[in-house]
Amino acid sequence: MNRFLWSVGIGVFIFIYAPLLVVVLYSFHDSRIIAWPLQLGTFQWYGVLFQDRGMLDAVAASLKLAALAVVISLGVGVPGAFLLDRHEFPGKTLFQRLVLMPLILPGIITGVSLLTFFTFIGLPLSSGFPAIPGWPVVLGHGTALVSVVVTQVFARLQRLDRFQEEASMDLYANGWWTFWHVTLPNIRTALLGAALLVFTLSLDEIAVTFFLIGRQNTIPLQIWGLLRRGITPEVNAISTLIFLVSVIVIVVWARLMHDPEGANT
Amino acid sequence: MTAGATWLDRFRSKPRVRTALAAALPVGWVTTFLFLPYLLLLMHSLWKLDDNQMIVHQWTLASYRRLFTTAVYPSTIWFSAKIALSVTLLSLFLAFPLAYLLAFKVKRHKNLMYMAVIIPLWVSYLVRAYAWKIILGQEGILNGLLAQAGLIHRPLEFLLYSKWAVIIALTHIYTPFTLMPIYAVLEAIPNSLKEASQDLYAGRWNTFRHVILPLSLPGVLAGCTFAFVLSMGDFIAPQLLGGNDSALMVSNVVVSLFGVAYNWPLGAAVSVVMLVIVVSLLTLANRLERRFNYRGETAAARKTDALAAIATEARA
Repeated sequence: MNRFLWSVGIGVFIFIYAPLLVVVLYSFHDSRIIAWPLQLGTFQWYGVLFQDRGMLDAVAASLKLAALAVVISLGVGVPGAFLLDRHEFPGKTLFQRLVLMPLILPGIITGVSLLTFFTFIGLPLSSGFPAIPGWPVVLGHGTALVSVVVTQVFARLQRLDRFQEEASMDLYANGWWTFWHVTLPNIRTALLGAALLVFTLSLDEIAVTFFLIGRQNTIPLQIWGLLRRGITPEVNAISTLIFLVSVIVIVVWARLMHDPEGANT
Repeated sequence: MTAGATWLDRFRSKPRVRTALAAALPVGWVTTFLFLPYLLLLMHSLWKLDDNQMIVHQWTLASYRRLFTTAVYPSTIWFSAKIALSVTLLSLFLAFPLAYLLAFKVKRHKNLMYMAVIIPLWVSYLVRAYAWKIILGQEGILNGLLAQAGLIHRPLEFLLYSKWAVIIALTHIYTPFTLMPIYAVLEAIPNSLKEASQDLYAGRWNTFRHVILPLSLPGVLAGCTFAFVLSMGDFIAPQLLGGNDSALMVSNVVVSLFGVAYNWPLGAAVSVVMLVIVVSLLTLANRLERRFNYRGETAAARKTDALAAIATEARA
């Protein structure tokens, strides 16, 4: 029984990792045609990648978009989490469900809904370009990812020791002082973790982006465009870099989230 | 707090006013950018498309009528549901043993191994789907290896650009997703419970069937709903790997109706039907889950909980 379990487990591990390994290995494949057998031994596709104007523009656009999504989702999500944690009001459950919708619905539904909305109010998809990739896609990412911030920050607030805040208020500190010096330090790691999570999710987002993007592609859509013209080895190179960055980010995130500061349960 | 408290301060400190102030931004934002868009989608599905393909703001059920009377739409939805179900079952069969192994059998480097399973979730979705193109293609790795082993003489063409490719890729993408909630519930089963069962001379199988399996059901249910909902709504993997079969996925129909086919009311109607299916499924899962679950969490909470669990795991 144990042996059976172990072999299934190892098999699943291979199933999960083999495709990623394939992409990484083929980024060093010394031929334009991606076929078996693998011929290792070139960095030329990374060279091609760094000369590709379209891809570099897409990287810049994606980074800008992700940064703005972090600002919006924190700006709305943090007050949202406090609202859910500390206030009772009619329609609270409805508000909570609505916030979480983009997280549980397939992205395509949120994508087309936002498309109909921005078209209806007459905000062009390319508005704000070239300073930003476009207002609709920025607002769309920010809004869809509010759900992530709310869940992360709300979870931390629920575990928060309220005595500290009460003590601060008893000592005649005002609300803002208490927030800055007592509450904020306690939820700091949750905020950082949420920001990092939103940043990565935004970088990888396709469904909402697909419907809201204007003239400037993001990284996934640029790759998507390359793939539609057939597979090019350059895609393996950018994929490998994305893989690398993702691993670094998740390790940083995991460290942040188990920072002893947050461990006041 | 000072003597100079103005009427404004007193007004601000009233509980109701405080709540209203705290609610203004988040509730206003979510109403504008989520509630209105979802509402507009519903309204579009009830609007008319005139002969010049312009949207006219006149209420009609024409789109729904067309959706349910043109064979291609119901059959597409049915086909997508079947694909999603296959992906769900396959993911479950792969994820459960691994989750079980990680929760009960792995003693050393447990957190590291759990993280290793989860990391691919963070790697670009597109990359994971695309990898299968290299593997399953006509000149791909699988065909190359099979030919080298002398098992085939001509490359197998059905591997790529078929529903099988879509099912394999989606299973690959969503297996870690399915695993997370299952692992979380298995991890939470106290060892004493297993020992108690064994003390009462229940064999391994009986312990599994009567203790572990029932307790793991909420996680299994949550994992399965993720896999189903996400693969039902997927349109990238089918377009990339599905070939002619890809046109049969409901999300691809939506993409086409909002794009080249340019029939937003019909596209909106298909989306609304999809939304109804997904929401009723989630509600059903939630009900069932609450019956099994002593903590009564919702599926959505579980999804981010599972992501957050990486951190708590690392701390434990």
